[in-house]
Amino acid sequence: MRVDVDGREVYAYTGGQPLDRARATIVFVHGAANDHSVWALQSRYFAHHGHNVLAVDLPGHGRSAGEALGSVEALADWVAALVGAANLDRVSLVGHSMGALACLECAGRRARGVERLALLGPAVPMAVNDALIAAAQRNDHVALELINGWSHSARHQLGGNRQPGLWMPGQAMRLLERTRAGVLHADLVACQRYAGGLAAAAKVQCPALLLLGTRDQMAPARDAAPLAQALHDARTVSLPGIGHAMMTEAPDAVLDALRGFL
Amino acid sequence: MTTPKTHQFDTLALHAGAHPDPATGARATPIYQTSSFVFPDTDHAAALFNMERAGYVYSRISNPTCAVLEERIAALEGGVGAIATASGQAALHLAIVTLLGAGAHIVASRALYGGSHNLLDFTLPRFGVETTFVDPRDLDAWRAAVRPSTRLLFGETLGNPGLDVLDIPRVAALAHEHGLPLLVDSTFTTPWLMRPFEHGADLVYHSATKFLSGHGVVIGGLLVDSGAFDWDAAGVRGKFPTLTEPYRGFHDMVFVEESTTAAFLLRARREGVRDFGACMAPFTAFQILQGIETLPVRMARHIDNTRAVVKFLAEHPMVASVGYPELPSHPDHALAERLLPRGAGAVFSFDLRGTREQGRRFIEALRLFSHLANVGDARSLVIHPASTTHFRMSAEDLRRAGIAEGTIRLSIGLEDPGDLIDDLGRALYAAGKA
Repeated sequence: MRVDVDGREVYAYTGGQPLDRARATIVFVHGAANDHSVWALQSRYFAHHGHNVLAVDLPGHGRSAGEALGSVEALADWVAALVGAANLDRVSLVGHSMGALACLECAGRRARGVERLALLGPAVPMAVNDALIAAAQRNDHVALELINGWSHSARHQLGGNRQPGLWMPGQAMRLLERTRAGVLHADLVACQRYAGGLAAAAKVQCPALLLLGTRDQMAPARDAAPLAQALHDARTVSLPGIGHAMMTEAPDAVLDALRGFL
Repeated sequence: MTTPKTHQFDTLALHAGAHPDPATGARATPIYQTSSFVFPDTDHAAALFNMERAGYVYSRISNPTCAVLEERIAALEGGVGAIATASGQAALHLAIVTLLGAGAHIVASRALYGGSHNLLDFTLPRFGVETTFVDPRDLDAWRAAVRPSTRLLFGETLGNPGLDVLDIPRVAALAHEHGLPLLVDSTFTTPWLMRPFEHGADLVYHSATKFLSGHGVVIGGLLVDSGAFDWDAAGVRGKFPTLTEPYRGFHDMVFVEESTTAAFLLRARREGVRDFGACMAPFTAFQILQGIETLPVRMARHIDNTRAVVKFLAEHPMVASVGYPELPSHPDHALAERLLPRGAGAVFSFDLRGTREQGRRFIEALRLFSHLANVGDARSLVIHPASTTHFRMSAEDLRRAGIAEGTIRLSIGLEDPGDLIDDLGRALYAAGKA
């Protein structure tokens, strides 16, 4: 569906279901240079199991027009504006990577306005490789290759998709390649510059879930430890052998962890 | 400098899509010879049917052995995924019916496998789908044939049997200029010789019966999606309602919203494979996987042997001409050097000097070459296209496709090249005496 946020129309996948104000809502927020489709299985499940779902395309990404917002704080404001624009109560936020930082910051700012917070592949701070940022600034394909390599565990770089017939490194690469020029760089810089993660975590009042892949090279699980400590009500689920692209590498484990939490 | 690390072709040919079996530790991909799969509970079952969870339901729709093969060919082609089908013809049919229906139009190369020509020229018109055939080398003809109702451009990487090299970069650019995808039959080249997606093609299919399986023991097809074509882009939107509008046959799913990069494959599996049912058997998938594991070394040998045989025939007095793109005399020689640097395949045709009777004598005198209707076997093969694979074509269409009465097609296998040349020399001698 299309939603007007701050005067700009953006796209949000709803799992093919109409929104119902009587239901609780889950907002899914993707990571750098991705779009709503990374949540395909999980978002569709919840949309057909009693929830409203808004799996968004962030500004400048996927089907949403505009420029990339360029900072985690701006992304957090945008997520809050989206929730307001959709006129929904009882909202939970689920974010991956850069989207996790945006959800964390949003939950910190809205304090009582968020029911549940699920952070997949977060790291605070989220260090980004200098060579990667430089390549992204040049819009060099090497940046996409580096991300694709680091996003998958060694095992899943050879495939083994639970979705029959889909080659996950290829699919991830094609999605990255669709990203408009400059967007990846803006996203990576937003992640690297974000310094407010622990402060935001301290302000979060809702229960939080951290989903961490033990083979995550983009946001190593150890880098989420300070975050887990700063959140006052957090549980951590480790996904053995899974990399950063956890929604694809372990779709059922991710879904089951979310089902048990949301 | 930090450099990306990705697996190379030969590694992917052995490993892509496969892991040791978690239940038994079996290293080779098991043959999951089962029609259906047990659901853990009713909620899981419903989620599988509604594409909320990934997994297996029924082997017509998907099967774990077939899925390994699908991932492997997608990895080798550089695509996002694939669907294994009952045959190459089924793969072609699946591609077409996923994208278009009655009232639609296709522009296709005239230099096609006879079976593909049959489907487009004789069968699909009965279902309201028309095809205009064009000289694959004539870009103006491709352009002139495009109509408002055109939904697909289609050709073979190497045309059958004249080995016209499809100028994929230019034909793909033309297709994209019109908001259309380019489908390519890559059977003769395999991804070892050429990866059409790197040149702009959007969809690729194979008769895996040929070089991919490589041993002439199975019938199977593979349809691969590059994932690069934007079905919902400005200038394209509206042309492919099967992907961009709600599908009543699957809970009003809009496939381009469901998957940004694999909408085509979702629809093809959820409709085309489900409803038309031309799926691959798991044992077939296993055998094709065995073939692909050695594809790099086999293709290298196929090419070496072919070059030796082409050289021999080109210098033989009984041979009027040899049509192989690596020869300077071939009209696509320069294009082949650019698109096919590893070789121009192991199937080619040549014209005998002499009578039809001498042609018959030649084929019957061969001992190592098997006279049959196939290509891409480990064994060397021979056939007379005008009386077999292309016999339904008119004389004019045969001429346009570059097939003469005396044209003989060879598929060069993996035997010792000296033995192959001896066999051909003996048969040519016999033909000369006839």
